[in-house]
Amino acid sequence: MAQVDRQQWDVVVVGAGGAGLRAAIEARERGARTAVICKSLFGKAHTVMAEGGIAASMGNVNEGDNWQVHFRDTMRGGKFLNQWRMAELHAKEAPDRVWELETWGALFDRTPDGKISQRNFGGHEYPRLAHVGDRTGLELIRTLQQKIVALQQQDFKEYGDYEARLKVFQECTVTRVLKDGEKVSGAFCYERETGRFFVLEAPAVVLATGGIGKSFKTTSNSWEYTGDGHALALLAGAPLLNMEFVQFHPTGMVWPPSVKGILVTESVRGDGGVLRNSEGKRFMFDYVPDVFKEKYAQSEDEGDRWYEDPDNNRRPPELLPRDEVARAINSEVKAGRGSPHGGVFLDVSTRMSAETIKRRLPSMYHQFKELADVDITAEAMEVGPTCHYVMGGIAVESDTAATVGVPGLFAAGEVAGGMHGSNRLGGNSLSDLLVFGRRAGLHAAQYASALAAPPAVSQAEVDAAAAEALAPFHADDGAENPYTLHQELQTTMNDLVGIIRREGEMAEALERLRGLRARAARAGVEGHRQFNPGWHLALDLRNMLLVSECVARAALERTESRGGHTREDCPSMERDWRPVNLLCRLLEPAPADGPDADRIRLERTRTEPIRPDLLALFEKDELAKYLAEEELYE
Amino acid sequence: MATGTDLPPSHRPPRAGGVHGPSRAAIAARHLRTDRWWLSPAGTAAGLLAFIAYSTWRAFANADYYAAPYVSPFYSPCLAENCKEMRGGPNLDVFGSWWGLSPALLILIFPLGFRLTCYYYRKAYYRGFWASPPACAVAEPHTAYTGETRFPLVLQNLHRYFFYAALPVAGILTYDTVLAFRNDRYEWGHMGLGTLVFLVNIVLIWAYTLSCHSCRHIIGGRLKHFSEHPVRYRLWGWVSRLNARHMQLAWASLISVALCDLYVYLVASGAFTDPRIF
Amino acid sequence: MTTYDARFRIWRGDAEGGGLRDFTVEVNDGEVVLDIVHRLQATQASDLAVRWNCKAGKCGSCSAEVNGRPRLMCMTRMSTFSREETITVTPLRAFPVIRDLVTDVSFNYSKAREVPAFVPPPGVAAGAYRMQQVDVERSQEFRKCIECFLCQDTCHVVRDHEENKSAFAGPRFLMRVAELDMHPLDAAAGEGLDRKRTAQEQHGLGYCNITKCCTEVCPEGIKITDNALIPLKERAVDRKYDPLVWLGNKIRRRSQP
Repeated sequence: MAQVDRQQWDVVVVGAGGAGLRAAIEARERGARTAVICKSLFGKAHTVMAEGGIAASMGNVNEGDNWQVHFRDTMRGGKFLNQWRMAELHAKEAPDRVWELETWGALFDRTPDGKISQRNFGGHEYPRLAHVGDRTGLELIRTLQQKIVALQQQDFKEYGDYEARLKVFQECTVTRVLKDGEKVSGAFCYERETGRFFVLEAPAVVLATGGIGKSFKTTSNSWEYTGDGHALALLAGAPLLNMEFVQFHPTGMVWPPSVKGILVTESVRGDGGVLRNSEGKRFMFDYVPDVFKEKYAQSEDEGDRWYEDPDNNRRPPELLPRDEVARAINSEVKAGRGSPHGGVFLDVSTRMSAETIKRRLPSMYHQFKELADVDITAEAMEVGPTCHYVMGGIAVESDTAATVGVPGLFAAGEVAGGMHGSNRLGGNSLSDLLVFGRRAGLHAAQYASALAAPPAVSQAEVDAAAAEALAPFHADDGAENPYTLHQELQTTMNDLVGIIRREGEMAEALERLRGLRARAARAGVEGHRQFNPGWHLALDLRNMLLVSECVARAALERTESRGGHTREDCPSMERDWRPVNLLCRLLEPAPADGPDADRIRLERTRTEPIRPDLLALFEKDELAKYLAEEELYE
Repeated sequence: MATGTDLPPSHRPPRAGGVHGPSRAAIAARHLRTDRWWLSPAGTAAGLLAFIAYSTWRAFANADYYAAPYVSPFYSPCLAENCKEMRGGPNLDVFGSWWGLSPALLILIFPLGFRLTCYYYRKAYYRGFWASPPACAVAEPHTAYTGETRFPLVLQNLHRYFFYAALPVAGILTYDTVLAFRNDRYEWGHMGLGTLVFLVNIVLIWAYTLSCHSCRHIIGGRLKHFSEHPVRYRLWGWVSRLNARHMQLAWASLISVALCDLYVYLVASGAFTDPRIF
Repeated sequence: MTTYDARFRIWRGDAEGGGLRDFTVEVNDGEVVLDIVHRLQATQASDLAVRWNCKAGKCGSCSAEVNGRPRLMCMTRMSTFSREETITVTPLRAFPVIRDLVTDVSFNYSKAREVPAFVPPPGVAAGAYRMQQVDVERSQEFRKCIECFLCQDTCHVVRDHEENKSAFAGPRFLMRVAELDMHPLDAAAGEGLDRKRTAQEQHGLGYCNITKCCTEVCPEGIKITDNALIPLKERAVDRKYDPLVWLGNKIRRRSQP
């Protein structure tokens, strides 16, 4: 029997990125004693990598903007697969969430009349992104972090203890969400520094763990993005929604190899950067899909004029939604018109002065100078697609962020599905974190306080979790190296379930995943439990394998191309697929025929019909391009 | 090749304070820098020492500081009765005849105080002379450190008053430079090589004085809202640009003031004749 | 693509002790020190402890000392070394070591808590904040900080004098005080909090002897000394060493019963 330390909290938030911290702030302000638990140091979350800005229709730069326009852009970007109620709440609440940051000390760039400045971004009709140079994510994280500290300072004044009502457990990992019957009862965790196990007992758990990018070889995501929250939810009995939709950001660095995948912000294009192939051609004009034909410039001249006069010109096609641009780059490279290192050229040097580039894109300038020895004020960057974001995620109730079917479990941010449909617009992730982070914290706190008695954590469950976590230390001879397994998984997903997908390849991926699952069961590590990265990776492998299976299985099932899911064998978007959601559920109990057996089953559900007043925001003609036949006549 | 965690018995260095404290990573070396980190503090110390030696000699010499129309910046303004007669020059008998020492000592105290408390020179001599620290990430030899929290170093906070004093001094040196547009018969409208030396020196002196961190603060740095003080904001911007070069200006003006004095010395002692331009 | 074998010496151990261990490891074109550490983990020392996250110089996790200089491992390119050179990597030497390249940086988090937070201006609703770009730029520079704590590590005030840790906030958090004091809407003064005074009296500004190592190591290129610490010192002078202010305070205090 494992002797582990137990602590009691009202709300446990897993993850300390934008969504997690916003949830924790809300829960604590609603009176819940709140614990935040995160794998890295406090303030290092992946949110700091977000560069462009926070989308919110404040209308500071163009007064024509409002929540309806933002909602429309979001639905178009997501190809109408979005959970429309989430898109609605998001568009309505984003401005308040941004303004609130200012009252906590955030310093955004300003307009001449002293308001928050807003910039253009792909898929957004108006300049909408509140930003700070190209380090908006850092500003967001730091502001939330400092707000948490401010709340702790209040508690210190009141109770003499900074951590009386809000505590951050940094460098700790959750391996299991614990349950008492149907209900959540806590989380099983280990401290990375010491390897010590502990249990946080809590009636409400908010998952805010971010994405799954580390299952792919070329990714802009950090090591933390191993799909922990997705896997924790699955294992706790909650379904994942539309996991086939993985966003490949069109512009990641392609050289040198060690930085391949690191993000080149979309602001580069928003501020005037153009894409060219090896023949010097601005190829994006050849890739404007029919549904967007009327919204984008048809000539280079018109596109150029748009930067100065957006009201009388259409925007250049470099600013199409990310999925379109990523596919276009992929096609150019495949056709042999790529750059020397297998990307295309992204050039700002011909459009902006060196001074302007350094002022508006300081960290891009810095990043290329330091990591690739390229001066972007004088030469073009080489860029190519990189795995960036997963639109799919835990299925949640739109208003409460509660997961479907597991009382007490909430999810917000990238780990939650639905909000972005099949493709996310740039800038919508930071606002998503704030809007639904707050909602998750609010409803978790309400749920916790409404519960008569806290659910209990059973010793058997704790023992099972401890045994599972210790398994890599008991591997027999011939143990598998977790690093090797991880690399093979990344290659499999990148090559077979990557940006362009084919039926045969995905079937092969599922086959390889079976093999990897069997080998992962034998993963072994050396050394001891104190800060042992090999052990940590061995535990994360379970999550990555589960999530990868979901992605591959859902991708194989959806026989169309839409947003972040492109099938070479089914190249067009099918209106009949519009109202179809694919849910992944864990097979329970685990199949008896060994560790390589499939763990996931798929389930098709129908989306909730879009509310008529929201549908009325679109032209009939446009709806006809997206909605299934029967939806149009309802 | 090392693998696993079976570390050979570690050779613990004798533990003491700082980087050798008991909780820190056990590394015996005071530093592991492989570059020539000692070059910069050594160069700084050598440069400052050279200036101190030269200026001490010249300040106490009480001779060869005036060669019409040039007065050495070390002796200007000259404020005692024992000053040399300088026609039109800034020699005012403020202290009278009781002052028997070199008149340079009366006035040098101000530029000396200004430079001694200067934020750049502080860095230079704390590193070069005090080894506190000798270079970044190189352990300093002192066992205790209180920085500028106590007497006498708390007096560094008086820098801005020396800055105020440095302004009239720079003004007088400017006046001296104007006077240098005379010939040795005090006729206006002439220039010699010395005039150029004086011109370069006074430009550097002003640039150094105005690039001072205290000046930057007083001009505009202390404001909370630049937008409400557009003129001061613009001035602050200029001073800030100069301030970024404060180190270079500190050295350049230190060298130029010494060269200026040396030039006067050479002319006054007859070792050299000032070439006239017109 | 060219490849060669490089010699590394990496500190391994924990609070009980440890030492520099030699490794020979492959290096490819365009790699950084962190890539090499990862290769060692994958091939020779799976339990080599190291912190890292973004690998793009944005999160400030992979701080260490490379050839004795505090640096981000992800931003230290191998091409800056010669092939013959032995590259030494150690944990930050100002903080307690946990294991291998990982140190206990809790000092910084406790200092962060000691700086009173932003005080919102009373009576200004969210959404009604108006600030001019020129007024926010100074604080924005300080908010570029990625909290890698290299400045805290290199600062001799605490690096060489453990006993000063309680009294001295370190460059990072003195800069935070400066950031708040320069924030155009911070209303701390209205609540009786004088940040200029507390910088010196509570956060140890006087310990700083402006030797600029913090600025030298900052991977974000923030001019910590010139733009934060010295202006803060000057602001403290305004409060504490200005004879007119001092006299005024004396008189006011006397006139109060």
